[in-house]
Amino acid sequence: MTTILSLKDVSKSFGALKVADHVSFDLPEGQALGIIGPNGAGKSTLFNLITGNLAPDAGRIEYLGRDVTRVAPMQRCLAGMGRSFQIPQPFTRLTVFENLLVAATHGQDRRESEVVDDVAHVLERTELIDVANRPAGGLTLLQRKRLELARAMATQPKLLLLDEIAGGLTDAECSALIETIRALHSGGVTIIWIEHVLHALTAVVERLLVLDFGRVIGLGDPDEIMDSREVKEIYLGIEV
Amino acid sequence: MTQTYTASARTRAGTLSGIAALILLVVAIVLPSFASRSLIQDLFFILTMLTLAQFWNLLAGYTGLVSVGQQAFVGFGAYMLFGATILWGVNPVAALFMSGVFALLLAIPTAFFAFRLSGAYFAIGTWVVAEVVRLCVAQWQAVGGGTGTSMPRDARDAMWGVEWIEILFDVRSSAARDILAYWLALALAAATIGGIYWFLRTRRGLALAALRDNVEAAKSTGVDATRMKWIVFLVAAFGTGIAGGLIFMQNGRISPDSAFSVTEWTAFVIFIVVIGGIGTLEGPIIGVLVFFFLQELMADFGAVYLIVLGLLGIAIMLFAPTGLWGFFAKRTGIALFPTQRRLETKR
Ligand SMILES: Nc1ncnc2c1ncn2[C@@H]1O[C@H](COP(=O)(O)OP(=O)(O)O)[C@@H](O)[C@H]1O
Ligand SMILES: [Mg+2]
Repeated sequence: MTTILSLKDVSKSFGALKVADHVSFDLPEGQALGIIGPNGAGKSTLFNLITGNLAPDAGRIEYLGRDVTRVAPMQRCLAGMGRSFQIPQPFTRLTVFENLLVAATHGQDRRESEVVDDVAHVLERTELIDVANRPAGGLTLLQRKRLELARAMATQPKLLLLDEIAGGLTDAECSALIETIRALHSGGVTIIWIEHVLHALTAVVERLLVLDFGRVIGLGDPDEIMDSREVKEIYLGIEV
Repeated sequence: MTQTYTASARTRAGTLSGIAALILLVVAIVLPSFASRSLIQDLFFILTMLTLAQFWNLLAGYTGLVSVGQQAFVGFGAYMLFGATILWGVNPVAALFMSGVFALLLAIPTAFFAFRLSGAYFAIGTWVVAEVVRLCVAQWQAVGGGTGTSMPRDARDAMWGVEWIEILFDVRSSAARDILAYWLALALAAATIGGIYWFLRTRRGLALAALRDNVEAAKSTGVDATRMKWIVFLVAAFGTGIAGGLIFMQNGRISPDSAFSVTEWTAFVIFIVVIGGIGTLEGPIIGVLVFFFLQELMADFGAVYLIVLGLLGIAIMLFAPTGLWGFFAKRTGIALFPTQRRLETKR
């Protein structure tokens, strides 16, 4: 199996604060990897390093066999990396439809007329079709989170990075979300999913990575990881 | 059965305002046949300021390039027009194009320098460039050095179309020159607004709007932010240079202080965009009208006028940060230049 993403000793500090400390792992193409860890562990920062929104202080990031450590986010998006932001970052003055239109046309270098049906289909799957023509600035938080997922999907990524999109959902909504992500996954998309809602995560992912103070303290089978002492300690008081 | 969809940016208000714009344009073209000379001069002022405002809005409102050095391109464009007419005997009307080209050439090294800076440093950087260019131009003795110069008589008389206008409207040559300048300003403003509107409706224009709203997200969805910045900066310099050339062609006199005035060509322009509504095409149009009437109203008050402008600008920023047009559009949902693509089900 080919490796789609490979991190080698990636480190990043904000001043004295180490948020990524020699992070290394390989991700086989088609796998779904979950990332857990306490708040402030450096999970979102790790996404920013992978997508190029932040530059690492040291280390190397390979994507599809190519060194992308210094490659711009836009280039990585074109190469098939799609991401959501933990704090939603909609294009507020554009409509929901136009938010996806940007992603679909620029994320894959296609013409507007070619992508309309694909975009509409994503809006249907993420239950945003009814607000398609509303400005994104007027959406509720829940809708904004859906928009994050939808916009990432609209780039038709090979590697999809999702950052805490299941928080605050009802059980039914959460099941629907799990279905959507499962469908993407079975369609061949490689997924990295940061999530505090553990049952949603374990319903999808094949492997789990635990991050604490910027260090990888566990990586492997989700059940074994969840049973390990370190994880229980960290998650004591959150959810086991 | 799955639906099929189409997208369209057409709206009723858009069609109506398109028709209105065409009528307005026709009226504006024939206006010199019955309007007074002072009205023509006022309209020239409004149209050239509108052009400058549209380009500054494109820079600051869409790509976040808050330049306070646009007077570099106004001044350089204007000086190149005088240089070309005085030194090489180029017809002033043809030299307008050179104003644009030279401003664009100046913009290339300026961008290399200023794009290394961001935020307030970018703003100051552009201002520094403008000052440096002003100081250099002030050394250029052939166009009057520090004191400036006037357009030579024969160059003035040779302007394309002036004779024809004299005969057509039965006016003296000075009035004919004003009419010519007015028509050129009208063409420039119309081309600017039409061009930007066309651009905003293209795929790149959509990217520009995304960039305006959220830079990080735009980059992460494949938008080439750097390229967009370059395109916008160079286009804005080209248009600003032509506007500068035209303003001083009409004026007939140039000096480094007037051509590189940060108050006239940047501060007033920022005021126009901010009170009208930044990041919209309509904003600068509303803004320039408000600015013009304020100026007429307070022409006799000197420095008080500037204080009032400043206070009004601050009040708008605090209480209606989207400007007068934003305030209006939010309540009515009207867009004179609709760019919004609507998703519709195909029947
Ligand atoms: N741009 C930044 N500048 C300085 N500190 C930051 C920045 N981004 C994140 N941090 C800090 O880095 C740490 C890790 O943040 P983050 O990656 O968002 O954690 P997580 O997603 O695991 O909750 C936090 O302490 C946060 O305050
Ligand atoms: Mg986070």
